[in-house]
Amino acid sequence: MNGTLTIFKRELRSYFSTPVAYVFIVIFLLLSGAFTFYLGNFYERGQADLQAFFTFHPWLYLFLVPAVSMRLWAEERKSGTIELLLTLPVTMWQAVAGKFLAAWAFIAIALVLTFPIWLTVNYLGDPDNGVIFASYLGSLLMAGAFLAIGSCLSAATRNQVVAFILTVVICFLLLLAGYPLVLDAIRAVAGQGVADAFAGLSFLTHFASISKGVIDLRDLVYFLLTIAAWLYATAVVIDMKKAA
Amino acid sequence: MIETRQLTKRYGEFTAVDAISFKVEPGQVLGFLGPNGAGKSTTMKMVAGFLAPTSGGATVAGFDVEKQPLEAKRVLGYLPEGAPSYGEMTAREFIEFIADVRGLTGEQRYARIDDVVGRLQLEKVLEQPIDTLSKGFKRRVGLAGAIVHDPKVLILDEPTDGLDPNQKHEVRTLINSMARDKTIVISTHLLEEVHAVCTRAIIIAGGRILADATPSELEARSRYHQAVSLTATDLQQAKDALARVADIASIEVDPQDNRITAFPKPGRSIFVAVGDALKAQNVTVRELALEPGRLDEVFRTITQGATATGARA
Repeated sequence: MNGTLTIFKRELRSYFSTPVAYVFIVIFLLLSGAFTFYLGNFYERGQADLQAFFTFHPWLYLFLVPAVSMRLWAEERKSGTIELLLTLPVTMWQAVAGKFLAAWAFIAIALVLTFPIWLTVNYLGDPDNGVIFASYLGSLLMAGAFLAIGSCLSAATRNQVVAFILTVVICFLLLLAGYPLVLDAIRAVAGQGVADAFAGLSFLTHFASISKGVIDLRDLVYFLLTIAAWLYATAVVIDMKKAA
Repeated sequence: MIETRQLTKRYGEFTAVDAISFKVEPGQVLGFLGPNGAGKSTTMKMVAGFLAPTSGGATVAGFDVEKQPLEAKRVLGYLPEGAPSYGEMTAREFIEFIADVRGLTGEQRYARIDDVVGRLQLEKVLEQPIDTLSKGFKRRVGLAGAIVHDPKVLILDEPTDGLDPNQKHEVRTLINSMARDKTIVISTHLLEEVHAVCTRAIIIAGGRILADATPSELEARSRYHQAVSLTATDLQQAKDALARVADIASIEVDPQDNRITAFPKPGRSIFVAVGDALKAQNVTVRELALEPGRLDEVFRTITQGATATGARA
């Protein structure tokens, strides 16, 4: 069997054999529901769409995704299983990809479990399901980008808490880069061009444009490139750190 | 077969493994001996393909570990130090995972898993999470993973560390049973293990090979080699009797249990002469033994000599 697939299956199964998975899914569902109805004013908006739901995803991911990614490599290093894994006949890429894809699939499962809100909005009104689908896709891609960053930082330390905090900080910076608060300040100081370049780096900008229902190739490429780059960095970091 | 050529690992200024070359053939069990920090594990990690050598190289069954890593890893079974495994998995899930990564399928997969489960007596703990197992069982689960694909070459880093005497015995029996057609390297700092399983021993310290010989050849280097030890009811009478044996170079008496050890002059055998002398003097002997040599003493002499030289250099 393919090495990536075997590692993927083992990893995914391991999420569900510990309480991590259940705690994560329950918290994710509770928080995304609470944000939608209380902060997002889902009913008061009076519109049959899921904007109120998706707006809060970046901020949910900011804390929940690093909690998933922090153990990816830090735990392997701490328990010594990294030596076992990397002396099996699999390439570094298969190991990095297998573990990343399992974590991503796990978040996808949590995301799929938010389907009642989709049912609700369809029951209440007549939403544009194309836009909703695009938003789900954008949300999943953004989660993948968060995860890839977390994977790299998890490889850089054997301490999961350090991995968590570093990931939150870096993801926070990448989110802020797209916030009007920051962009307006940059625009005032350095002009529109710099502000656009800055916004181009932000998760928020790309997520927002996909959420509008426009699946632009550039946004897809942005997320996929981000994921690939951070996974490449993961492999490099593992190689470097192995010797220590 | 395992071969290393001038295998070297440096961490900055520090040389962990210094130009180690050796060759192990199928049917041999090579024991890697050395004090902690001697470079045993680092050498094994490089041969297993986990660490990249700074210079030099290694081949496993003819495959270069750097140029053909997947081929080398396929024929190799490796038990890392401490036998790490995924604690949340059950013993069965873990062994099946390794079997899957190793590409075992169908009938062969079941047959191999059954075989290692039987060999390592894991039947009772198969459905338990590894985290809940005792140290001995964890080690055995790790070993099962290392041999599930019936590898031609086996590298075991301290396979009996932390096991009780019965478990050590079982693991040694297992290694002996696999020794005939495999190339096996084990590291240990237990000297009795060398006797129990190894056909050859390499002593390393400070990253260098200091001795490469069979266990009995190593023992022959001991000053106890061919010495005769005995305990007698009357100590003085026994000493007088031994004084008459011409080939004895010196006599030592252990102050704790009054055990007498007589050392022969170089190249002489004194066992028969000692027996005769004692009989002639009517000395009552409770115990009389020919010493094969003491590995621990050889080990100390070799490794401490090296550290002393190293300190001077």
